[in-house]
Amino acid sequence: MILQPHISIQNLNVHIGENHILKNINLDIPDKKVTSLIGPSGCGKTTLLKTMNRLLDNQTDVRVGGKVLVDGENIYDPKAEVTHIRKKMGLLSQRPFPLPMNIYDNVAYGQRIHGNYSKAALDVIVEKNLRDVNLWDEVKDRLKSPATRLSIGQQQRLCLARGLAIEPEIILGDEPTSALDPISTQAIEELFLQLKDKYTIVLVTHILRQARRVSDYIGFVYMGEIIEFGPTEEVLLNPKEKLTKDYVKGFMS
Amino acid sequence: MRKIEENIFKVLMIMSTVLISSTLFWIIYTIFSKGLGSLNWDMVSKIPEGGFYIGKGGGILNAIIGSLYITVGSTLLGLLVSIPIVIYINIYAKNNSFLANITRLSYDILFGIPSIVYGAFGFAIMVYMGLKTSLLAGIITVTLMIIPILVRAMDEAIRVVPEDMKNSVYALGATRYETAKIVLRQSIPGIFTAILLSFGRAIGDAACVLFTAGFTDSIPTSLDQPAATLPLSIFFQLSSPIQEVQNRAYAAAVVLTIIVLIISITAKIISKNLSKNKI
Repeated sequence: MILQPHISIQNLNVHIGENHILKNINLDIPDKKVTSLIGPSGCGKTTLLKTMNRLLDNQTDVRVGGKVLVDGENIYDPKAEVTHIRKKMGLLSQRPFPLPMNIYDNVAYGQRIHGNYSKAALDVIVEKNLRDVNLWDEVKDRLKSPATRLSIGQQQRLCLARGLAIEPEIILGDEPTSALDPISTQAIEELFLQLKDKYTIVLVTHILRQARRVSDYIGFVYMGEIIEFGPTEEVLLNPKEKLTKDYVKGFMS
Repeated sequence: MRKIEENIFKVLMIMSTVLISSTLFWIIYTIFSKGLGSLNWDMVSKIPEGGFYIGKGGGILNAIIGSLYITVGSTLLGLLVSIPIVIYINIYAKNNSFLANITRLSYDILFGIPSIVYGAFGFAIMVYMGLKTSLLAGIITVTLMIIPILVRAMDEAIRVVPEDMKNSVYALGATRYETAKIVLRQSIPGIFTAILLSFGRAIGDAACVLFTAGFTDSIPTSLDQPAATLPLSIFFQLSSPIQEVQNRAYAAAVVLTIIVLIISITAKIISKNLSKNKI
């Protein structure tokens, strides 16, 4: 079993308006592993991801019950500081959204809002993180040009660098390759494999092959419930539940 | 059959397009052909001589300066008020918040109110407070008129910023205020359009300033003095029975049109450069 959960979700219930989106979720996300959440569209997997950094807070009419423990602390505790929680996590969304500024400032932004203004320190951080996402060589001569001039695949890597620059412990990916071409997708997947020794990665994906390529664990979400959770090979090749079996059948054949 | 239908509609569309753009050129032609004869350096560099109803001498510098004071003043004041409103209803208030909806509804209504009503309202307030017609009263009334324009136009620009864009800023641990700054930066071209729209309305509006800013032949040196404006200067000169004075009204219209053109072209260039280089 999982010895060391990094994120521990306990009795989580989410209502949006009248709809019961997530039903009594209990899930332990293992430390320094890649965990994929799979499931059909609308099953609640993105909502589940958004509960982990409280991005649901900004939506209308949302009620969250239960606990989400990150490093043993409940992030839904009324005393918890939401900016502090989010600093622990980098988010990669479906489409890259570079900030309206140059490449350098995009990476430095997170450090700056958390109070680091030292030019020398930022130079080091920007270079390190751009190297970590294999973007440095492509952009080192045009750090001052607008981030939107990059290709969409480069933008997604830039967004990853921007997230890593705040020194998170966790990376959350919400179908981060769904807008990318196959080559950029491969680049992002390779990055996840490189990064998983240092970070806990939670990935929402509907591509089963991707889940198999990058993840150590898989959680199958269906109609707002966690149907099955376990090591990748087990869930995909030898599922215990009938629902999981039906869902991954296409993958097996 | 469908081919004929297609062609009929194509011709109709081309006709209306040509009609509208030719109207624009017609207006410009009329103003320029009547006004250019009277337009000279004195016109834009001197204040009127001999009273504005019968005066044939001097120029309309008083109205140019007055209009610029009122327009720039009210645009700045309007931005000062409307940016916080727009940030509040887009970033701080939740999506379907009652206050945000009420705010949007009231600005939609205010948007449709004719400017003479703003003028009358400004006048009523002035009478109540015992103020005389002045530059300040004019600026405040015009500000009230353009705030709905600014709020609506900026709201449109900011609402198209995707939710996921805001989320990716929040996810870095940004506060709402920090996120608002990014969203504003993202919407700079739209904000420029808003400023441009309100500037055009403010400089061209006669009804708002008629009772509030008044009219004078001199250039105001402080906020409590009355101020002349270009639309009113056109109005007064055009109502004169003397042909020469009437032509001066067209010259004033040329000046007003040129100012508006300069402003809109500059704003277009700036906004284009900003969206190309920064965003």
